Amino acid sequence: MVARWFAELSRNGSGPKFLVLALTSMLAAGCQGSVLDPVGPVADGERLILMDALGIMLVIVVPTVLTTLWFAWWFRASNGAALYRPAWVYSDKLEVVVWCIPALTVLFLGGLAWTGSHKLDPARPLQSRVSPLEVQVVSLDWKWLFIYPDQHVAVVNRLVLPVGRPVHFRLTSSSVMNVFFVPRLAGEIYTMNGMVTELNLQADRTGNYPGLSAQFSGDGFAGMHFDTEVMSGSSFDQFIEQARAAPARLDDDAYKSISRPSEGVPVQLFGNVTDGLFENIASRRLPPGEGPTGTGRPYGSTAGED
Amino acid sequence: MFGRLTWQAIPWSEPIPLIAAGVVGLFLLAVIGWVFVKGYAPYLWREWITSVDHKRIGVMYCLLALVMLLRGFSDAAMMRSQQALAFHSPGYLPPDHYDQIFSAHGTIMIFFVAMPFVIGLMNFVVPLQLGVRDVAFPTLNSVSFWLTASGALLVNVSLVVGEFARTGWLPYPPLSELQYSPGVGVDYYLWSLQISGAGTLLSGVNLVTTILKMRAPGLSYTRMPVFCWTALASNLLIVAAFPILTAVTAMLLLDRYLGFHFFTNELGGNPMMFVNLIWAWGHPEVYILILPAFGVFSEVIATFSRKPLFGYRSMVAATMAICVLSFMVWLHHFFTMGAGADVNGFFGIMTMIIAVPTGVKVYNWLFTMYGGRVHFSTPMLWSIGFMVTFVIGGMTGVLMAIPPADFVLHNSLFLIAHFHNVIIGGVLFGAFAGYTYWFPKAFGFQLDERWGKCAFWLWFLGFYTAFMPLYVLGLLGMTRRMQHFDRPEWYPWVLIAGAGAVLITLGICAQVIQLAVSIRNRALLADLTGDPWDGRTLEWATASPPPAFNFAVLPNVTGEEPYWGMKERARALAHLLTTEPSYEAISVPRNSPTGVVTAFFAVFLGFAMIWRIYWLAGLGFVGIYAAFVVFAWRDRSEEEISAAEVARLDRANRMMRSSVLAEEAS
Repeated sequence: MVARWFAELSRNGSGPKFLVLALTSMLAAGCQGSVLDPVGPVADGERLILMDALGIMLVIVVPTVLTTLWFAWWFRASNGAALYRPAWVYSDKLEVVVWCIPALTVLFLGGLAWTGSHKLDPARPLQSRVSPLEVQVVSLDWKWLFIYPDQHVAVVNRLVLPVGRPVHFRLTSSSVMNVFFVPRLAGEIYTMNGMVTELNLQADRTGNYPGLSAQFSGDGFAGMHFDTEVMSGSSFDQFIEQARAAPARLDDDAYKSISRPSEGVPVQLFGNVTDGLFENIASRRLPPGEGPTGTGRPYGSTAGED
Repeated sequence: MFGRLTWQAIPWSEPIPLIAAGVVGLFLLAVIGWVFVKGYAPYLWREWITSVDHKRIGVMYCLLALVMLLRGFSDAAMMRSQQALAFHSPGYLPPDHYDQIFSAHGTIMIFFVAMPFVIGLMNFVVPLQLGVRDVAFPTLNSVSFWLTASGALLVNVSLVVGEFARTGWLPYPPLSELQYSPGVGVDYYLWSLQISGAGTLLSGVNLVTTILKMRAPGLSYTRMPVFCWTALASNLLIVAAFPILTAVTAMLLLDRYLGFHFFTNELGGNPMMFVNLIWAWGHPEVYILILPAFGVFSEVIATFSRKPLFGYRSMVAATMAICVLSFMVWLHHFFTMGAGADVNGFFGIMTMIIAVPTGVKVYNWLFTMYGGRVHFSTPMLWSIGFMVTFVIGGMTGVLMAIPPADFVLHNSLFLIAHFHNVIIGGVLFGAFAGYTYWFPKAFGFQLDERWGKCAFWLWFLGFYTAFMPLYVLGLLGMTRRMQHFDRPEWYPWVLIAGAGAVLITLGICAQVIQLAVSIRNRALLADLTGDPWDGRTLEWATASPPPAFNFAVLPNVTGEEPYWGMKERARALAHLLTTEPSYEAISVPRNSPTGVVTAFFAVFLGFAMIWRIYWLAGLGFVGIYAAFVVFAWRDRSEEEISAAEVARLDRANRMMRSSVLAEEAS
């Protein structure tokens, strides 16, 4: 029955349109606050490529699915009206067509992938008249440390950014791998101990955008999220002043202490940061953190699974 | 004396694993008790456990897969229910428990469900389709199966003795290194894979040799059924890719046991090397799984459309293209690790290129139905369900092959939805289609169609209900492996996905009922002719179930679609079937306990290494070596079935067949 309904829809031509409409409206309903609702040029570029590619493929995929259902239904054994060609196994013209349809699609998409990879390479600086804000990110077990090297302040579990100004991130990890991800601002990037990755982004609207880790990193992983607050330039300056006023100082010892595994850590401000702390972490002059098992669960008392 | 193994290793305070293991243990004891009381034990030992018959081994592979499917699915049900309960709440599974469940789910579903299922189907079908009497190395085949079963056993032992990995199904270092995972969980994972991986590799060698060197007279490469071609491609990939898995798990073992630094943070180790190597195996692995499924669909769609496969040569070319290309795409699993734009762009494009031969296959199946007479039997339903579902999964796959799109989708539930879309919609639907299609060949009776269709629709709808919401959740920024969450916009979709899991549960129930009902009604469902679907390939030319020697006289193939051609000729010249061939005595390989004995010691070796009981490990190793030596020094490797016995078995089959053909002709 469904097949006949589809067949009828595709016969009078409204089938593909209808399906595209249904799909897009479903996506639109679900895209509030999603990667399809970006607030910066990088995330917007990624969304555009995603939608373009989806559109190109739907042009092929929807008719293919409908034809499958239509053929299966029309050529059912009980349909005496259908053509029966039990010896029809080859056709030059069709061979050309079936190789060309996917090949041409991939040609389109391949161009999109190549130019997109270059234009949206996370390490590529953004074009802007304003100089980028430098932020260093360290994934700890299980929280995030954001260091503002030029301002000499640092924050745990809260990322504050000025609106409309490019931000250049350098990222590393204190122990295991994590992925830094603020879905509405930019794509994901791994954080790895002993290595530095880079990410450029810009937020164009003030607001609060959730960020999280996208790479499983141990028992406290699910709680490893943070708020990204995008504020006006003056509010950002105020925030920096407020941070500078915090008495805590982030030096080697303080870093060792916060890098121990802990969960649900509240936002913490550091009014001063030792110069070169990030470089020392990334180059392992500061040793890797004690890591996920540091919570000290004695060996052997752990649970078996299910 | 017992290494790290103490009473503490058993999770006395955790009711869920203990009760689960208790129930499974009691069930197993009941089965074993029943087998002994009824006096089936010698039969099982003689006819199954020590059997080197490719058909028996294939059936045991599939049985292992079905049992493990229940285990892997229980894990899935726990994950879905945990997430449904874990909105602003810790749920009922603490993180260390939840982490083991998703790790075990992935490991079991890939290595002990999907792999044994496709290997089982290939084992059973390929020699029959090739028109030969067994695989190239029958005893090795038995060793392969039992080693796979050993790996599955070890993973399940971790349920009650110690713990399983808490690292995900691919244990990325440095999390999986001794420093960050000091428990035995990762060791269980690594040793299970070492042992079962060796089995898989041997099985690959065996099937490649069989297909290349042993085919019925006249069955040239270009006349081989497409299932054999996909099996060849899949096993070539096994032979090329599984050594990488063995090597990379061995390196991680060296890190963990002997303080090496292949993948550690310090002393020159490089965790990214692991990620590269594991995916250099991992991406071919998905084609190892899907190619045989493509083969199943090719057979099923042709048979139930009552037409030969459209574009046979295209299909073969596409299969081999996928086989080669699958080794050039592994980096798309970590576009977000910060490789440069050129590298990402290259691997993105290579990934998309695979979509070309895959797309060609879809169109060829489409045109196979065109001008056919499509019969909606259960295997055909799975195939049509596959075509619709797989095209969607392929589309989302190509979407993620575009690096900038992958940047926002990687590791999200969108990815989870994508690969379940292709693995359930492709591999599992293919396995179920093959299971229903070849079941009568294996056991001599068909599976109940009504319950089969019921299972299909529940699975089909269940799949869409469970996984389409995951696409949305991925776009909403929800990442995988979340033990709990507090974002209200995710919650309704998580609940819908949970409802989908309930539908799939019902689908599995329907399959269990289908099997029970079919066994009960086996007399009614009996397949007397050996050709219940009006098949086109050689496996349908012999009786159901086939005799130990498969074919009384090796078939002589004179064209594509070997058996269909014979039937056509027989219909035209009715006397062909009445002239009896001259029967000769046939040598078949003798049964051998080598496989099961090797596996027995392999379990001890693995278990002992996991718990650092080195004397026991030594004993296990010596046992394996001894089993090999005893086998190598055997005096007699074959048994003879007399010409009279061959003739007796074959005459019954021929009579049944000629009467059916005569009926059709009249």
